[in-house]
Amino acid sequence: MNLTLKIWRQKGPSAKGEMKTYQVSEISGDMSFLEMMDVLNEQIITKGEEPVAFDHDCREGICGMCSMYINGEPHGPDRGVTTCQLHMRKFKDGDTIHIEPWRANAFPVIKDLAVDRSAFDRIIQAGGYVSVNTSGNSQDANAIPIPKENADLAFDAATCIGCGACVASCKNASAMLFVSAKVSQLSLLPQGQVEAKDRVLNMINQMDEEGFGNCTNTGACAIECPKGISLDNIARMNREYLSASISK
Amino acid sequence: MSTLDSKIPHGPIADKWTDYKNHIDVVNPANKRLIDVIVVGSGLAGASASASLAEMGYNVKTFCFQDSPRRAHSIAAQGGINAAKNYQNDGDSTFRLFYDTVKGGDYRAREANVYRLAEVSASIIDQCVAQGVPFAREYGGLLDNRSFGGVLVSRTFYAKGQTGQQLLLGAYSAMSRQINKGKVTMLNRHEMLDLVLVDGKARGIIARNLVTGELERHGAHAVVLASGGYGNVFYLSTNAMGSNVTAAWRAHRRGAYFANPCYTQIHPTCIPRSGDYQSKLTLMSESLRNDGRIWVPKHLKDVEAIRSGKMKPTQLKEEDRDYYLERRYPAFGNLVPRDVASRAAKERCDAGYGVNKTGEAVYLDFSAAIMRYGKEKAHTSHIHNATDAQIRELGEKVIEAKYGNLFQMYEKITDDNPYKTPMMIYPAVHYTMGGLWVDYNLMTTIPGCYATGESNFSEHGANRLGASALMQGLADGYFVLPYTIGDYLASDIRTGKISTDSKEFEEAESEVRNRLEALINNKGTKSVDHFHKRLGKVMWDKAGMARNAQGLQEAMDEIRQIREEFYKDVFVPGSVNEFNPELEKATRVADFLELGELFAKDALDRNESCGGHFREESQTEEGEALRDDVNYAFVSAWEWTGDPRTSNLHKEELKFENIELKQRSYK
Ligand SMILES: Cc1cc2nc3c(=O)[nH]c(=O)nc-3n(C[C@H](O)[C@H](O)[C@H](O)COP(=O)(O)OP(=O)(O)OC[C@H]3O[C@@H](n4cnc5c(N)ncnc54)[C@H](O)[C@@H]3O)c2cc1C
Ligand code: SF4
Ligand code: FES
Repeated sequence: MNLTLKIWRQKGPSAKGEMKTYQVSEISGDMSFLEMMDVLNEQIITKGEEPVAFDHDCREGICGMCSMYINGEPHGPDRGVTTCQLHMRKFKDGDTIHIEPWRANAFPVIKDLAVDRSAFDRIIQAGGYVSVNTSGNSQDANAIPIPKENADLAFDAATCIGCGACVASCKNASAMLFVSAKVSQLSLLPQGQVEAKDRVLNMINQMDEEGFGNCTNTGACAIECPKGISLDNIARMNREYLSASISK
Repeated sequence: MSTLDSKIPHGPIADKWTDYKNHIDVVNPANKRLIDVIVVGSGLAGASASASLAEMGYNVKTFCFQDSPRRAHSIAAQGGINAAKNYQNDGDSTFRLFYDTVKGGDYRAREANVYRLAEVSASIIDQCVAQGVPFAREYGGLLDNRSFGGVLVSRTFYAKGQTGQQLLLGAYSAMSRQINKGKVTMLNRHEMLDLVLVDGKARGIIARNLVTGELERHGAHAVVLASGGYGNVFYLSTNAMGSNVTAAWRAHRRGAYFANPCYTQIHPTCIPRSGDYQSKLTLMSESLRNDGRIWVPKHLKDVEAIRSGKMKPTQLKEEDRDYYLERRYPAFGNLVPRDVASRAAKERCDAGYGVNKTGEAVYLDFSAAIMRYGKEKAHTSHIHNATDAQIRELGEKVIEAKYGNLFQMYEKITDDNPYKTPMMIYPAVHYTMGGLWVDYNLMTTIPGCYATGESNFSEHGANRLGASALMQGLADGYFVLPYTIGDYLASDIRTGKISTDSKEFEEAESEVRNRLEALINNKGTKSVDHFHKRLGKVMWDKAGMARNAQGLQEAMDEIRQIREEFYKDVFVPGSVNEFNPELEKATRVADFLELGELFAKDALDRNESCGGHFREESQTEEGEALRDDVNYAFVSAWEWTGDPRTSNLHKEELKFENIELKQRSYK
């Protein structure tokens, strides 16, 4: 198929960006979206120009690095997939596709479609862990039985890949879904209970400091989340936060 | 020629590690504060080492080229992690895990290292559970296990098809805790481009800040490389796009020997390639072979009918299918080790039985497992007289609970529903057993430079068993390196801060700068990918699943040729001092182009078949790999001489004192 691409080009963090138009042809439906971008970049390089910068690594939906805002949706029109797993069969010959970076104050653009998401790391550093040393002297793993149901819920929350689509999809650029996924995972497990109160307070505090917006329960995040992280996690975190704030 | 000293402690194998730990030098806690350690890599090996070293009191600086340490390639590991816990009461033990790993590696690994790995494996699971890693559990609340290839016990712990993700996030969170305490400084989007030696010791690195393009000098008392594997020398592999050999290769060029570069694991179950634009291959976890049966049609006429779309695989009768692994290897069946399964798939496809258009695909079929689970489920839910359709539906749910994310991944890529029709799979490059040579302490031949995880060569011999890489990465980082590095650093407590103003740092930095500028100023006509793809094709055709002397000789010449053309004609847009992904690729591919030639040379030199290294000249009548223990029971450690072709070979003899050397058999 032949496609028209309108892509955000921005030289650097403080440069002014603009949408530029490109044409690509002979795109196969079996290509991934990023393979289509490879074709475009090869074409640009052959002309001696600068290719479009974008983040990616695993190309199988797990590292959370790819991050394109495609036709007004983070990771594009398909559900439950990242940009790298989106396939061109979701588009038709002659389509025009708009491609932009994640937009949020807390995610400044580095170049073109690549943004800085280190704010997410700092939120985890503020408390997204169980404070146990890695000595290997902890108790036997089976000494802590965990009901399968809780283990499964904790696992579901833990599958967040930290991509930031939730922030990009939110009109307030809120990071609640991301933060609540980690808070939920640890609060559902006995290992995480001891520090539960400090954890939720510290992580939310850091989230606010990074400049993410408030949550107004629009639910856009959960719709766009490639890993199906549930809004229940936000509700769980709100409860944790409330009880932690009262007891502090 | 120097002799390689592997520094294996004396004494019975079961006591070596404990005795060693009791007798090494330790650094007192106050002095640890005076010591800096650089860790290159934030995967399982790097993140676990960073967290542990920081907890012990060292000042740690950790580097990764991704935008967050959580995105290291370990995140993509799917199936599981081994540990000799014997929770299933199926007779597992440290010795059995040790034995399986040495045998699986086709007797080309160092016994002492493998034994230590098996010994610490159980602690890994305890550690991860304490961190809150949500492993799969049974209804009773205890941990669940599954089986992997090449073993007869169930010792693999897992978290659906996302085990690597969960383990890495565990290590990442342990490291984040230390970042919060100021004990680890994390440098994201930084790439190590050279190792700096002062007075013969590793004392720092030159790194490029990938956002600004600036070159930075970082000094330390020791440098740990945990930079992953080099499977991308084949261009197409299951590795992440950025996985590369540069950190290891630069250390090699500075004096670290590179061991067994040709030992590559070609994984049997990956999604076949679909076209020339293909940028990577996707793994379908080995855990699927617990429940999936591999087959091709028995008759070529059926192959034709399937390829042309006249027949669906589900329509082919049982007796017309060739479950070739079950036929050839009745004892292990679909769970033979990876190298064996891959070669068997290639054998069938080469004979014309491949089931897709390219002729390079076999089936991985879940229908028997779906029906089996469905019946079980119907039985336990007291549904009597369930129809086939009902049973199938129940069975599909069980399969979904076990492998849901893998099935979804498959469907998104191929547009086929694997619950209803068998998956198509084909072998692909997956893992590199070769890597920097290290001694028992995990130190390379450069004093103070360590290598851990996939970047070293040590535990898996010529073939790695499934679920053992995650085990090795975490064992190295949590439990081995933190001890062994202390033994070396104990003599460094009075050294003081390593200055980066020395002429050694000066020279290394300017060499890197010249290299980068030369690439940018080259202004050729072809993209970096153009050369990478050509390299990959030569590697796959001539140094891939089957190798012979003539092909390897040609590969060496062709790779050299591609390398020369690369330096004449590559075009790298942009400049050095900016965010420039093409320049990143260019430095990586430049190093792959040197490694590739050494790889082929190593494969040529090893005129035997072992594990993943299959020399056509050395096979049994039935086409199985034939080892030559008289002439090749050694590790090949190559020393850089300025040209991959003239690299010097050093041999570490492998002694088997606890396991009898035998031809592997999985029949
Ligand atoms: C798809 C897939 C599935 C797998 N599944 C399993 C499984 O189920 N079980 C199992 O045991 N194994 C599995 N493996 C293998 C296993 O995942 C890897 O061998 C292991 O994770 C490697 O870990 P590592 O820490 O050594 O390196 P990696 O995780 O690759 O990390 C390398 C790190 O080094 C950094 N780095 C590299 N070069 C530089 C440089 N020059 N400068 C700065 N930083 C650098 C990177 O940024 C990264 O942080 C799988 C592998 C793949 C590809
Ligand atoms: S919650 Fe979903 S969208 Fe947000 S970072 Fe995690 S995986 Fe991405
Ligand atoms: S590139 Fe890793 S999730 Fe898309």
